[in-house]
Parts: sequence; C-alpha cells; structure tokens
Amino acid sequence: MFLANPSALTRGGVLGMNKRNIDYIGRYNPRKYYKRVDDKLTTKQLALANNIAVPDLIGTVSEQHEINDIPAMVNDTVGFVIKPSKGSGGKGILVVTKVDNGRYYKPNGQEVTPSEVYRHVSNVLSGLFSLGGNPDVAIVEGLIQFDPVFDGYSYEGVPDIRLIVFKGFPIMGMIRLSTAASDGKANLHQGAVGVGVDIATGKGLHAVQFDKPIDLHPDTQKELTAIQVPQWDTLLHTASKAYEMSELGYLGTDMVLDKYRGPLLLELNARPGLAIQIANGRGILNNLRHVEQMPNHNMSVEERVVYAKKHFSANS
Amino acid sequence: MHSRKPFYILVVMLFIAGITASVYRGIEHSVPFLPGKQVQSWAVDAKVSFQGTGEPSEVSFSLPEDPAYEILVENATSPGYGLTITNNRFDRRAIWSIRSATGQQDLYYKVTLIPTGQERLLAESEPAAPTPYMWPATESAAAAQATEEVWAKSATNLSFAQQLNQDLNANERSQNIELLLAGNSPSKLFVRMLHNKSIPAREVSGLFLEDQRRRQQLSTFVEVYNDGEWHLFDPKTGSQGRPEDLLLWDRSGTSVLDVIGGVNSQVNFSMLQDTRSALATAIDVMKNDNALDFSLYQLPLEEQSLFKGILLIPIGVLMVVFLRVLIGIKTSGTFMPVLIALAFIQTTLITGLVGFLLIVAFGLMIRSYLSELNLLLISRISAVIIVVIGIIGLFTLLSYKFGLSEGLTITFFPMIILAWTIERMSILWEEEGAKEVFIQGGGSLFVATLAYLAMSATWVQHWVFNFLGIHLVILALVLLMGQYTGYRLLELKRFKPLAGE
Repeated sequence: MFLANPSALTRGGVLGMNKRNIDYIGRYNPRKYYKRVDDKLTTKQLALANNIAVPDLIGTVSEQHEINDIPAMVNDTVGFVIKPSKGSGGKGILVVTKVDNGRYYKPNGQEVTPSEVYRHVSNVLSGLFSLGGNPDVAIVEGLIQFDPVFDGYSYEGVPDIRLIVFKGFPIMGMIRLSTAASDGKANLHQGAVGVGVDIATGKGLHAVQFDKPIDLHPDTQKELTAIQVPQWDTLLHTASKAYEMSELGYLGTDMVLDKYRGPLLLELNARPGLAIQIANGRGILNNLRHVEQMPNHNMSVEERVVYAKKHFSANS
Repeated sequence: MHSRKPFYILVVMLFIAGITASVYRGIEHSVPFLPGKQVQSWAVDAKVSFQGTGEPSEVSFSLPEDPAYEILVENATSPGYGLTITNNRFDRRAIWSIRSATGQQDLYYKVTLIPTGQERLLAESEPAAPTPYMWPATESAAAAQATEEVWAKSATNLSFAQQLNQDLNANERSQNIELLLAGNSPSKLFVRMLHNKSIPAREVSGLFLEDQRRRQQLSTFVEVYNDGEWHLFDPKTGSQGRPEDLLLWDRSGTSVLDVIGGVNSQVNFSMLQDTRSALATAIDVMKNDNALDFSLYQLPLEEQSLFKGILLIPIGVLMVVFLRVLIGIKTSGTFMPVLIALAFIQTTLITGLVGFLLIVAFGLMIRSYLSELNLLLISRISAVIIVVIGIIGLFTLLSYKFGLSEGLTITFFPMIILAWTIERMSILWEEEGAKEVFIQGGGSLFVATLAYLAMSATWVQHWVFNFLGIHLVILALVLLMGQYTGYRLLELKRFKPLAGE
C-alpha cells in the first residue's frame, strides 16, 4: 500500500508535524526564549557563559561597510565559515576550507571570489536568510577541524550530531552525513544521510537518505550502521546542559566533533525536524511520553544522562 | 494545562451562530440557498372608473392585504388627483380626491406581488363578538329554525360553518333555506347566520390570479374565525379552503370601492405573471421592510463589488489551512496561493496559469542577471518589482496587438507578491536546486488552483456574500483545524517505513 495506516503509526509512537507543533513546541517552548536559539550569536554567548564549547568566533559583521574588513579577519586562518546569525535550516552558510594568499576555496575545491563573498555577506545583512526577512548579522567562525573518525562516512562536509533533548533528557539521536547529492550540506531534505544512533552507546542503528532506508553510504560505500560516535558521553552531557541554558523543553542540539577541541555546540533548534524518527527507524513519542509522565524530578545533568542511557536506548 | 472546554464552547457557539444566521436569512428573508433560483411574481393592475358629476369627488379603494402575497412595488397613477394611502390594520385604502370631476374618470393602481407560501390566515387577536343580525319579520322564524337545525348537527364554530356551508349548497335544500336565499345572497346569508350564533365572520373579496387576464372582477368569500385562525369559505359553491392562485384583496369586511361625487363606478383588474430572480426579489423585499441591517446590499455598488472579492478570501484561507494542516502540501509563502487565486478569478484559470508561469519565468531570467550585480536586497527586490511591471506591460501590449483579449487580464496579478515569489524561487534555486523550486512552486500553484476552484464556484460566491453567517462557520473550522494533532496525509507516506512489520 502507498500510505501507512495512521493507527500503525500511532502504535509505533510516530510524532507528526501537527502534534509536534501543538503538543511539544507550543507547550514546552516559551516564545520568549526563542531568541536564545534563533540568534546564533546569542546562543554562542550563552554557551560560553555556561562552559559549553563552541566553534571559535573570528568576528561579526553588522554593517555593509564592515564587509570590507573580512579579508583582514580571515587571511591568517586555515579556513572559515560565514553564517547568518538568525538563519534557519542551514540556509546562507558559506564554508571556505582553504585560504591561500587571499584566495578562498570551497570544500569541493571551487574558488570563491572576493566579490562572491561580498555579495553573500551583503545578502546575509539584508536578511535574505533570516526568519521573517529581518536585517541580520553575519558571523565569521573558525573552521572546524573535524575528527577523522568519520572519514569515509561523510562526503565533503562536516558530519554533525543531532540530539533531541526533552526537558533535559537526550531522548533520540542521529548523525547527519553529507553526500554528493546534498552538496556537502548536512540537511536531510537536501539529500544528506541520517544515521540513527543508540542513546546508550552512540552506535549506529539504522540509516536513511531521502526518507528511504539505506545500508551503505551512496558515495563512499561504507556500511553506515557500523558507525560509532566517539566521546558519546560528552556529547550527551553537552546536549543535556543546553536545556538549562536555553530553558526550552523540546530542543534540537546540533554538535560537531573537532579533532582538537572535542564536541562543539554548533546551534540549537527550537523546532527540530521529524526526520530523526525515520533515521532511527522508530517513533519518538514513547520517549517523550516517558519523560512527560515522570513525577517532578530535580535531576542534575549527570543524573539525566545516566537515566536517559538506561531508559531511552533502542535496546531497552 | 488549562481546560480546553471554553475553546470547544466557543467553536460550537460560532457554528451555531453561523448556521442560525444563515438559515434565518434564508427562511425569514427568503434569500435563496442556491444562486440563479427564480420565483414567479404577479403584476396586477386595478382600474377604477366612474362618471364625474362636476362635484368634488373622493374615491376610497381597498388595497390588497394577504399574508400569502408580499407586496414588492405598488404605485397609483391618477393625474390631477390628490392621493393618500391609509394604513389601518386590515384596511389599507387608497383615497383619491379632486375638487371637481366631470365625465369619464380613470384611476389606476398597480402592484407587484410575490407568493410567500404563507397560505394560512392567522389572526393576531381575537375579534370582537359580532352583533346579531336583525332579520326582517318574514324571515325571522325561518332563520331561527334553520340556524338551530345546523347548530344541533355541529360541535364547534368551525363545524357549524362547515355544516351550514353544506346545507346552503345541498341538492335538496330545506324550505327554510330556500326562503332565506330568495332574499339574501348566499354569502350574506352565511355571514348573518354565523353572526346570530356570535361567531365572528366577514365577507372578503378575492381575485383569481390567472396569467394575461383582463377585465377581471373580484369574487366574494367568507372568512370564519375559529381558534386563532380565519377559515375561508365560498358559500356560492359550498367549497371550503383557499383556492389556488387566489389573492385576497379586501379583508376589512367593508366595501372595496366607495365613490363620493361620481356615478357608475366600477373596478376592473388585469394581471400578468412574470418570473424574476429570487435573490433580487429578496433584496427588494428586505429594502421595503428596512431589514437590510446586516446585509451588504445597503452599501454603494462599488463597495459591494469590493466585498464580493474580499469575502472570498476566507474560502481561500480555509483551503490553504486544510491543504497544509491536513494534507501537508508545501507552498512558497503561506498565503501567496490565495492572492494568486484571487487574480485567477479575474483572469480565468488557464490564462492565469500561463500568465503566472510566463511572468515568473521571465522574472527568474532577469533576476539571475541581477544576482550578478551584487545589489542590496531592498534594491534588488525593488528592481524585480519594476521589471515585473515591465513584463506585465509588455505582455499586455503584445496580447493586445495579437488580438488576444485574455492577455489583457494579466494586470490583475499582484505585482509585489510576484516579485517576492520570484526572489524566493531564485534563492531556492541557488540554494536547493531546481527540484525544490518545482516542488514548492508546483505546490503553490496546486493550492492556488484548488483555492480558485473553490472561490469561483457560483454557489460559493452566492453563499459568502448573502449568508454572512457562513464566515463564522469558516472561522470555527479554522480554529478547529488549529487543534488537529493527527497525522497529515503526506506524513502517512513519509513515515511509511515506521509503520511497523
């Protein structure tokens, strides 16, 4: 049959878009705290204040005339990333992995001319990528030296780890791997591969691309479920801590593993997508309900991580 | 979590209020529930004529008064005469007057009537008991005897009247009745005998409506009061009840026509049946009754046509909410499809779709050049707006030159919306590739097409403008859909792999 039976989805605990919006985002994410996650500059400052590691901030650009200062900022670095502070869905992110005598190269080796950089930042400032089209600030960040443990799993891009944190409990996770189809981006709807990982161990469970289950990475042919995320406990702790920092009940945390600095918090998302369920091959609703039905708890980050590993593992 | 009860009460109240208001409008003001419905109407001309004697004349003429017919338009023409219309309950009369009338005088009264379907003659208050008729000495005994005979055979006022009506028209009438009929007309006799028993009854005049008839006269009937209602009898034929197509002209029980200062007075009727739009009729009736309070028909025509468009937006919005919340279709810009659909109403669907695609395709080409110029966003959007206006102007001119009148309607597209659509599509193309542009653009056009189909249906246009209550129902539906936490239709496909073994 072409469509799934709704009652089968309900039995599987699959969360739909409408229910997510009304029963989770609407109920657990107070509007006034959205600024903390929608503005990446604020997120960064909050994270630093809460001892959460984030990528280096090289500088910010908030006025058109400051765009000309960018070369001076970045010419000594190995690479840099320019992103809109209030961007959404990975839009408007420019990644330069090689700086060579004032010339910039994208991950695929293509050169980015200074005028292209200028136009991109100008678009960012005009609010082209920001929610609601409001004027925005461009953030220039240091390039992440991504951990070679994922070599062969990702094509031209940084794999990032998404954890759904509900009231401070990490309840579901996946790792997003870019592919040739996704053009080096880690967004699932653009063709990146999502691999669901076990909350208890950080081991791969199940993989999807374009919402369809797959076994091998389409570009590198590596077996996706064999993936093992290192420093898993640190990642869980970082994600769990983001709850106190953002005060958002239903939160998506995006992290990357840096070769030298370990897990870095890339961004937080107050409206995390639903594809993580497909990547995990199971619905998220049972874990959400589990947390909702817990009596009023007062657990520390460590206790929450231990609890989550015990109860929200795919094998439990 | 706070209770959901007040919300559901609100929704139910909106529903009830909306449906009630619509049904009220439909039944009480007879606004037709379907567009294009026709009703029949009657145009009746009464011609009052008499011979003037050179004296001051006053003509008092009874005007129609029948719950089964509503008066749409009435007017009286009579050059040289003063005219007043008295509005006594059950006795509306036209009074013409002139200082001196000589020779043949003709006065006209014209009226347009529509059937209301209210066939029963309900009495608003109990009529006073009639005064018994004083019979002449020759008839007195026969009358008393005949009355008692019928009285013995009856139980109520109504059955007395029915029995009497039968006896007056029996094949073999009793001697008493024969005697009385010799000196009284059947209806007079009928009324008098009823009055003797203190039963309220009166002679009324009715006109049989028949298409294209001229020189018609009024017929006499008798109304008998029983239990809050007047019952119609025809003692001449012995029949009871209202004949089909009968218009009661005079129910006062007094004379139809009184002429002072004239001789040989008479009244003739001619009539014509006509069909007219039920909606136009309802509006005319509402105007007559000053019942337009909550109708948009009291606005000037220009505002009315403006509202005809505005009131379609809730339908389009409902469509968008439905397709996004229940189906899960992606569109570019939340309500952009509604605005495009509004433009389609002016352009018609095919022309609209072709025009939209042409403008957006041209716009995208020019936008791709603009993106190389490194402009600020505001200037770029502004440039796109100007270019869109240029494209629209060009297409209009070209289609005019080639004689394609459909092309001229392209000006109805909202230009700012088109410019933003082009800008968004262009960014989408650069960021996510052509495929996403076709998915979102196609989704938007699909939603716009469905919204157009809903908004262009004549019965939808009829309902949203004539039954304003329907907007409360739409509001309730939108609120209700805002509560829907179930799966969207397209999610059933998306989450298929999770449906289990």
